[in-house]
Amino acid sequence: MAVTHTIGRGAPVAADAVRARLQGKRADTRGVGFRILIIGALAISLVTLLILLVDVAVTGWPVLSTRLGDFVSGDLRTSPDEAGIFQGLRGTFWIGVFTVGLAFPIGIGAALYLEEYAPRNAFTRFIDINIRNLAGVPSIVFGILGFAIFVKSLALFPDWLGGGLFFGGRTTAAAGVTLAILVLPIVIITSAEAIRAVPDSIREAGFGVGATRWEVIRAHVLPYAAPGILTGTVLSLARALGEAAPLILVGAVTGRLGQQTGFFDVAQLQERFTAMPIVITTWAGRPQQGFEALTAAAIVIMLLVVLLANGTAIVLRNRFEKRR
Amino acid sequence: MPPETDTEPETTGDPRPRVDMASEAASRRPLDDDRTIVFHVQDLEVHYGTFRAVRDINLVVRQNEVTAFIGPSGCGKTTVLRCFNRMNDLVEIARVGGRIDYHGVDLYDPQVSAVEVRRRIGMVFQKPNPFPKSIYDNVSYGPRVAGLAKKGEALDEIVERSLRRAALWDEVKDRLKASAMGLSGGQQQRLCIARALAVDPEVILMDEPCSALDPIATGRIEDLMEEIKAEYTIIIVTHNMQQAARVSDRCAFFTTEVNEESDTRTGVLVEFDGTETMFSNPSDERTENYVTGRFG
Repeated sequence: MAVTHTIGRGAPVAADAVRARLQGKRADTRGVGFRILIIGALAISLVTLLILLVDVAVTGWPVLSTRLGDFVSGDLRTSPDEAGIFQGLRGTFWIGVFTVGLAFPIGIGAALYLEEYAPRNAFTRFIDINIRNLAGVPSIVFGILGFAIFVKSLALFPDWLGGGLFFGGRTTAAAGVTLAILVLPIVIITSAEAIRAVPDSIREAGFGVGATRWEVIRAHVLPYAAPGILTGTVLSLARALGEAAPLILVGAVTGRLGQQTGFFDVAQLQERFTAMPIVITTWAGRPQQGFEALTAAAIVIMLLVVLLANGTAIVLRNRFEKRR
Repeated sequence: MPPETDTEPETTGDPRPRVDMASEAASRRPLDDDRTIVFHVQDLEVHYGTFRAVRDINLVVRQNEVTAFIGPSGCGKTTVLRCFNRMNDLVEIARVGGRIDYHGVDLYDPQVSAVEVRRRIGMVFQKPNPFPKSIYDNVSYGPRVAGLAKKGEALDEIVERSLRRAALWDEVKDRLKASAMGLSGGQQQRLCIARALAVDPEVILMDEPCSALDPIATGRIEDLMEEIKAEYTIIIVTHNMQQAARVSDRCAFFTTEVNEESDTRTGVLVEFDGTETMFSNPSDERTENYVTGRFG
């Protein structure tokens, strides 16, 4: 005799019937379809990226494998056999320094003010909307701004006001500041987002033991938000390093650039400059034999630089996350 | 601390026969009306923007007593509690009217610093909210910002003393450097109590400290309150009438008053008296209905 069970208010059913009900698979067609769709989306992104990387690496291989040292330490030349990217790397490095040194502290500071100190009123909402809009402004517009302010206007100032010292003229400093301003809105938005994600209960706990607002921010809000802030700032650093359009307006050199000495020579910040994206765009446009491989090789080095910056940030983020 | 089996408390929200709670309350020590008045609350009201959350709160809180705030959800108990250490200052739209005197000094006097107030009037929150740092750092943070001790042995001593008072020391003494997030809910709440005790406050405000805890952890925290009230003054908000009957000396019953015209709800204080009287012989019908489980 089969064992029967009473389920809910229903009539008694055999154990087999219960098993059949529990095992019954209603076809989840939509769910499966959606899953295939999103896996496809991921695959398309990854495969495209992979093809690009492989293509660039293969094209650039002749240069990278035969004269990597010369290529990295050589100056811009018109002859493809002698051309190098030292000046481009130098410009990109200093743009990174300006972004980290200017956009990060100012951006994080502005975000802290907006989230932790500013009253919520029509004025701060207006500022908030404007910052979001600024983040969407095409980079070429920032290039024009950089040209108008840091190249032209500041050159009119006397030395002791900053004119002619670093800014004024088509200098590395002018380019660095322009790109720092370009990414400032992104730094503010992502940092504000990270700060907003800090639970209020943590702030209350800090205030509850008699900490001042600054102490709460310093000891609890910032450490908690640090990984998020870092993620956002690194993305904006990568953006700054990859921009070409504003640099052209600020006056990056596309042809031959005078001899440049040390990589870290601060005095040369007042000199004319170029940067990796500019080198890549220029070379990509050259019809001569050999520049195709040079372009690809420069792209590979550029990717490595960005990877290095991102990698450093990830290591830092993991450390912050462990500490919190 | 008695063994865990001794602290099996009643379940939350289970309206038990009135006699039980009344006898529970009656077994407490006699009230002493000569105790120093710590807080004198006069005509307190709190607005959030144009909305009036509570009005006409009048009561006194005496030293070394446990004062409980009871009442149905949304009646403003927590709002009132957060006035005592100016936590409402952090809510931008909150406005506090009336007067709270702390040993005769108006807490909301412009000369009074909220930071100094909170050092003397500590708080334990509804949900355990340890800092996402080590157990040691959680307890030592308050004394460090208060300048009681910077580091070294003096600080170690404060941490140990606070954890002992919060009946947590034996469970964590071997892992003070471990993250506080790895503790159980009940341990986290005791850690929060230790953190509050570490700055040596005079008053401790507890906002439903046991609502997220199981009966055993609840029992421990109630025992803890019993132990520390010799040195501190405690105000506790609770949903649990049995808890109020068990731990408090005096009890304030709040309820919500609906304004028919504007369809808004305002919290009001219905009755404030010794806990024994509140549970055995309340003078207001609403209190009686609430404590006997007929309402709320």
